[in-house]
Amino acid sequence: MTDPNALERTWSGTHGEEPWGRLDLRLTDTCLRDGSHHKRHQFTAQEVHDIVEALDASGIPVIEVTHGDGLGGSSFNYGFSRTPEQELIRIAAETAKRARIAFLMLPGVGTKDDIRAAQDNGGQICRIATHCTEADVSIQHFGLARELGLETVGFLMMSHTQPPEVLAKQARIMVDAGCQCVYVVDSAGALIMEQTADRVSAVVAEIGAQADVGFHGHENLGLGVANTVIAARAGATQIDGSVRRFGAGAGNTPLEAFIGVCDKLGWTTGVDFLQVVDASEDVIRPAMPEECRLDRMTLMMGYAGVYSSFLKHAGNAAERYGVSGAKILLEAGRRKLIGGQEDQLIDIALRLRREADGAEPAAAGRDEVARVG
Amino acid sequence: MARKTAAIVGPGNIGTDLMYKLLRSAENGGSIEPRWMIGVDPSSEGLRLATERGLVASHEGVDWLLKQDELPDLIFEATSAYVHREYAPRYEEAGIRAVDLTPASVGPAVIPPVNGEEHVGAMNVNMITCGGQATIPMVAAVSRAAQPYGGVSYAEIVASVSSVSAGPGTRANIDEFTRTTAAGVETIGGAAHGKAIIILNPAEPPMIMRDTIFCAVPPDADTDAIVASVLEMERAVQEYVPGYRLLQEPQVDEPSAATRGQTKVSIFVEVEGAGDYLPPYSGNLDIMTAAAARVGENIARSMASEGR
Repeated sequence: MTDPNALERTWSGTHGEEPWGRLDLRLTDTCLRDGSHHKRHQFTAQEVHDIVEALDASGIPVIEVTHGDGLGGSSFNYGFSRTPEQELIRIAAETAKRARIAFLMLPGVGTKDDIRAAQDNGGQICRIATHCTEADVSIQHFGLARELGLETVGFLMMSHTQPPEVLAKQARIMVDAGCQCVYVVDSAGALIMEQTADRVSAVVAEIGAQADVGFHGHENLGLGVANTVIAARAGATQIDGSVRRFGAGAGNTPLEAFIGVCDKLGWTTGVDFLQVVDASEDVIRPAMPEECRLDRMTLMMGYAGVYSSFLKHAGNAAERYGVSGAKILLEAGRRKLIGGQEDQLIDIALRLRREADGAEPAAAGRDEVARVG
Repeated sequence: MARKTAAIVGPGNIGTDLMYKLLRSAENGGSIEPRWMIGVDPSSEGLRLATERGLVASHEGVDWLLKQDELPDLIFEATSAYVHREYAPRYEEAGIRAVDLTPASVGPAVIPPVNGEEHVGAMNVNMITCGGQATIPMVAAVSRAAQPYGGVSYAEIVASVSSVSAGPGTRANIDEFTRTTAAGVETIGGAAHGKAIIILNPAEPPMIMRDTIFCAVPPDADTDAIVASVLEMERAVQEYVPGYRLLQEPQVDEPSAATRGQTKVSIFVEVEGAGDYLPPYSGNLDIMTAAAARVGENIARSMASEGR
């Protein structure tokens, strides 16, 4: 009798064994990229060194390092980096003994020159993210990345906003452009179990053996691990998470918890559970400004389907203009803002401020143009 | 005064919208007569509409146009950066002035209310990008007011446009958009360093183009003067893009670590199109065609006054 937990698609089933053994799932820790949001992009060189050293030693095969909004993200709109991201990528690459260093780029924010620089600094995996209906803006970047010999990953962000068949078509565009693994990305932490499985299955059905499928989860409704388990069962063989959830919004899938779950289910990740748990306590936590929590603001993001990295920016705008951060997030959801539109949170806050001051509610003059969503 | 003749190359959304603007301008005493619409696809809607409006339409491309006995005085290029780079030398050889609506950056860049009169003698001018047309006037407005205090050390623009209004050219060349726009923020906007970000939002109904302009100015800069300059620039752009408007009063943030020690000025604008051919949400395309029509008019007038 076969193991009821056995996965139909596995990483090593497609790619063969890694030098250190067979992997059912290949994990990527993204606390040094997605966690950059939570850290307000203030990572120091030392923190990056220490985190990469600890994660690498625990056996995590891929570590992503970039500004939270990808290459070139250091800006007024997303927050300036304390340490230039290219320097952090270089430090990570110099520190890792076995792990491959990945970096993220968003067409429209970063450029091909940034990809070249990241490779020069030792980045080996180029992850290119677009909103999940806009995959065609990534074609030139996938082309370049493959030409440079980089491993490629495509991110379909805000996957909860589109049905499975739309995601499958977008995945096809990325694969045809040279993407070797398409991720279903639950940027808002809004997908619920079967919704995750249906999306992963549709992408698997579309791209078959031509590319891998991955899943990137957030915790805004508390479903990171559950969604990731069901994604793996549906055929995702690359999995994102952040140790101690260190990511945007309520954080990412807690990678150490998922690793423990994999151990229980008999899925090989190549990561030492006890060692990664130690890293979480001893190295990751001290680098975090605070734990990633499910609270009013982060729950609102999962509930309203809002891009997780809006959290800190909505908080800033709420404080600056004395309005409710939760209301800003709800309005961001209503307007169907997507990743990258952090600037619009200020506009929303100003509008809420005027309403609170008893000005004409969004009807007169400049306000009537709020018919965005 | 004899009108200057013009060909529009590229009968897509931009080219077709531009045709309507040029035709309207001609009806109102403008200096340009739009006479040709050039494409490569016989089934093009833009070519059909051009024929309907009395233009000579050809799907045989620029090669056909350049073989005609009578050549246009002006070409408006609404194809792609790659195509324009290839053809620009041939236009120049034939003595035809080019107004380039692609991000090819062959000639000097022009933003009507900032340097609209500067390059009327150039053989080739480019319109930068839609995001550039919508934001660089504001960077320039802040720059001129902050000049006595050291100017704008850094300006960053975020352009959000609806997915349906971003054509295949933009999509295939999004790096060109960010690079070209950032360069224009520096060279024409006057910022020491420029950065550009573009977002394509698929929301339905489509969102109207929105742009945010962040400028870093010295802590002692006169922010009242900056705000007044921004309001004045809003009116200047409205002269040719009536749907251009500030969404909020400009916001001034005091220097902090998050602003790297500079005063941060944030400007929020929206660009609603005139609805000539393209729907009003695509203000990004409207501001390109409106600016190109205005720049073309300036060039045509200058040519006429020089007796050329």
